[in-house]
Amino acid sequence: MAAFVARRILLLIPVLLGVTVVTFTLTRVIPGNPIDLMVSPLASEETRERIAENAGLNDPIWIQYLRYIEGVTRGDFGDSFVTNQPVLDDLTSRFMPTFELTLFAMLLAIALAVPLGIAAAVWRGTWIDHVSRLLAVFGVAMPVFWVSLVAIYVFFFLLHWLPAPQGRISVMIPPPDRISGLYTIDSLLTGNWQALKSTVQSLLMPAAVLAFAAMAPLARITRASMIEALESDYTRAARSLGLPESSIVFRHALRNAILPLITMIAIVYGYLLGGVVLVENVFAWPGLGRYVYNAIASSDYPALQGFILYSTTVYVLLFLLVDILYVLLDPRVRL
Amino acid sequence: MEEPATSMLRSVNDPLRPGVNSSGERVLSIEGLRVEFRLPDESTEVLCGVDLTARPGEIVGVVGESGSGKTVAALAVVGLLPSAAHVSGGSVRFFNENLLDLDSRQMRAIRGSRISMIFQNPRASLNPVFTVGRMLREVLLVHSGLRGRKATVRAQELLADVGLPDPSAVMRRYPHQLSGGMAQRAMIALALSSSPDLLLADEPTTALDVTIQHQIIQLLLRLRKRQNLTQIVITHNFGVVAELCDRVAVMYAGAILEEAPVGRIFEAPGHPYTRGLLSARARVEQSSGIRSIPGQVPELKNRPTGCSFHPRCEHARDICRVSTPRLESSAPNHSIACHRWRELAQ
Ligand SMILES: Nc1ncnc2c1ncn2[C@@H]1O[C@H](COP(=O)(O)OP(=O)(O)OP(=O)(O)O)[C@@H](O)[C@H]1O
Ligand SMILES: [Mg+2]
Repeated sequence: MAAFVARRILLLIPVLLGVTVVTFTLTRVIPGNPIDLMVSPLASEETRERIAENAGLNDPIWIQYLRYIEGVTRGDFGDSFVTNQPVLDDLTSRFMPTFELTLFAMLLAIALAVPLGIAAAVWRGTWIDHVSRLLAVFGVAMPVFWVSLVAIYVFFFLLHWLPAPQGRISVMIPPPDRISGLYTIDSLLTGNWQALKSTVQSLLMPAAVLAFAAMAPLARITRASMIEALESDYTRAARSLGLPESSIVFRHALRNAILPLITMIAIVYGYLLGGVVLVENVFAWPGLGRYVYNAIASSDYPALQGFILYSTTVYVLLFLLVDILYVLLDPRVRL
Repeated sequence: MEEPATSMLRSVNDPLRPGVNSSGERVLSIEGLRVEFRLPDESTEVLCGVDLTARPGEIVGVVGESGSGKTVAALAVVGLLPSAAHVSGGSVRFFNENLLDLDSRQMRAIRGSRISMIFQNPRASLNPVFTVGRMLREVLLVHSGLRGRKATVRAQELLADVGLPDPSAVMRRYPHQLSGGMAQRAMIALALSSSPDLLLADEPTTALDVTIQHQIIQLLLRLRKRQNLTQIVITHNFGVVAELCDRVAVMYAGAILEEAPVGRIFEAPGHPYTRGLLSARARVEQSSGIRSIPGQVPELKNRPTGCSFHPRCEHARDICRVSTPRLESSAPNHSIACHRWRELAQ
């Protein structure tokens, strides 16, 4: 197992190299001149030229690339043109807010979609099945951005149930002491109930909006793989042995259906990392999504490249986790 | 025929298991069983009046070509028909109760404890993510209330009984780590865990290679000898019938066409279909390459009128196209559903 994990992590190197080639080329091809961000619009042509020269923007693209790679190996992703901070520091400080948001969104989506998918499989063709399909269609069809605005309108403006978009915690309340970087966990660990309440209130709406979008594929794969399991030979044999239906559904069938579900969870999580860009902007969430949104809007090449490397690493590790889970859960999978 | 519901309930719960009763020794008695498949646009009668009985300790073979309804009949007995199918007539009496009158909870109490079933593809019949031991322990807990050490000991006994060496190692195995023959033995151990009165075996040896087939047949024979286990064995292999069965029923297009003791079927088959099957088998053994009777099993949704075999029957007359023959007794213990069996016997 350790050798397997090590091999997969080594595999990251060629993957990341490939990604840097593509992103580096793309960021140089898309319109927008980064020099405009680095110097005042009032600066003279000579100043612009001098700064571009110093920043290496006048060198051939492959020299720029090699210089970049050399930096990356030292953990230097360059400085953001916008924040003037090292990109790696920027990304690291924005990772936890995004992780907290997407984690809760995912947990919420799983908690709703899996029971719904099971019910739709067990009672397929009945109203539960139709309702679950309808929900799935809505979740996919409605743009996350629009759902966010509607949610704010209803739950904040009309009902006053939840606070206005305010980031991770109310500005009136100091954040909990940092232990893990996740406000929910940290406020729980420190017994800071005031911070916990505000954190959960702030988290609820953006997480629910993301979960709504994530639910559809999860419910569908749960339904499909549960139906497959429930109609399999081994389920028929388990029924012929007189095992109770609850055991058939929740042990025998679900235990098999969970494998494709895990893969889908990883895929959907990757998709959430995309959807989070819009949601973080709407909810003023100080995470990676907002950072990358600003980076795109301002041609902040180092930030963009850093983000892509970062998220590629997250994906690769995520699917490594999936493979490890398969080994643990499916006796047929060998390393 | 009809018994009041209360007496049926009582007999289900009767711990003494009424093995013999005044109406004659019958473990299972299927009469006029009809099963329909309801599909969105049409409904098809897959079984159109199946009669079959099994006496205590008897091994009854059911043979027939693919699609003739053998599996559907067995599933109807244990109440596991696919959701599109339903029983549209007849009765299935197990000792004294009509199984068709029981609700799903009562059927579940019977399945795996008094009637068990084993299947064609043994490895696919075992849940891929559970060990053999895990399955045995669950079944023992549900039907016998055994747990812990007692369950383990009993599970090992059961595995040893079906001829699996080193039961404690087998208990730790997953289905993919078993050979087909071992998996079928494990499935039989599961099926027998609470000493059922009846075992339905749906092509128990079809997926296995020949030597393993033979071993499984020996095991089933041993079970009959040791615990007088009544068995209904579905197969399309007359070799299995000859080795294993006492009596055989020949099924075609959802009905039994002939039923007789095994010796008699081979010596004096009465129905043209049975004769065809046997001679097709003889030809296969001489490897002349001819597979079976000319023609095909009819599409059940376009079932021919009259005798369903008449389009393929060289002896068909006008009456065969119009009226459906019923099973009638041609000799003691031998019945044939053919208008012309008397003439053909000569
Ligand atoms: N789920 C189903 N939906 C519709 N029709 C079905 C279904 N299952 C079985 N049938 C039909 O019922 C008929 C009998 O099928 P059954 O499986 O009992 O045949 P069989 O005699 O067991 O054949 P085999 O030797 O291939 O196992 C077939 O014509 C089949 O088309
Ligand atoms: Mg079959």
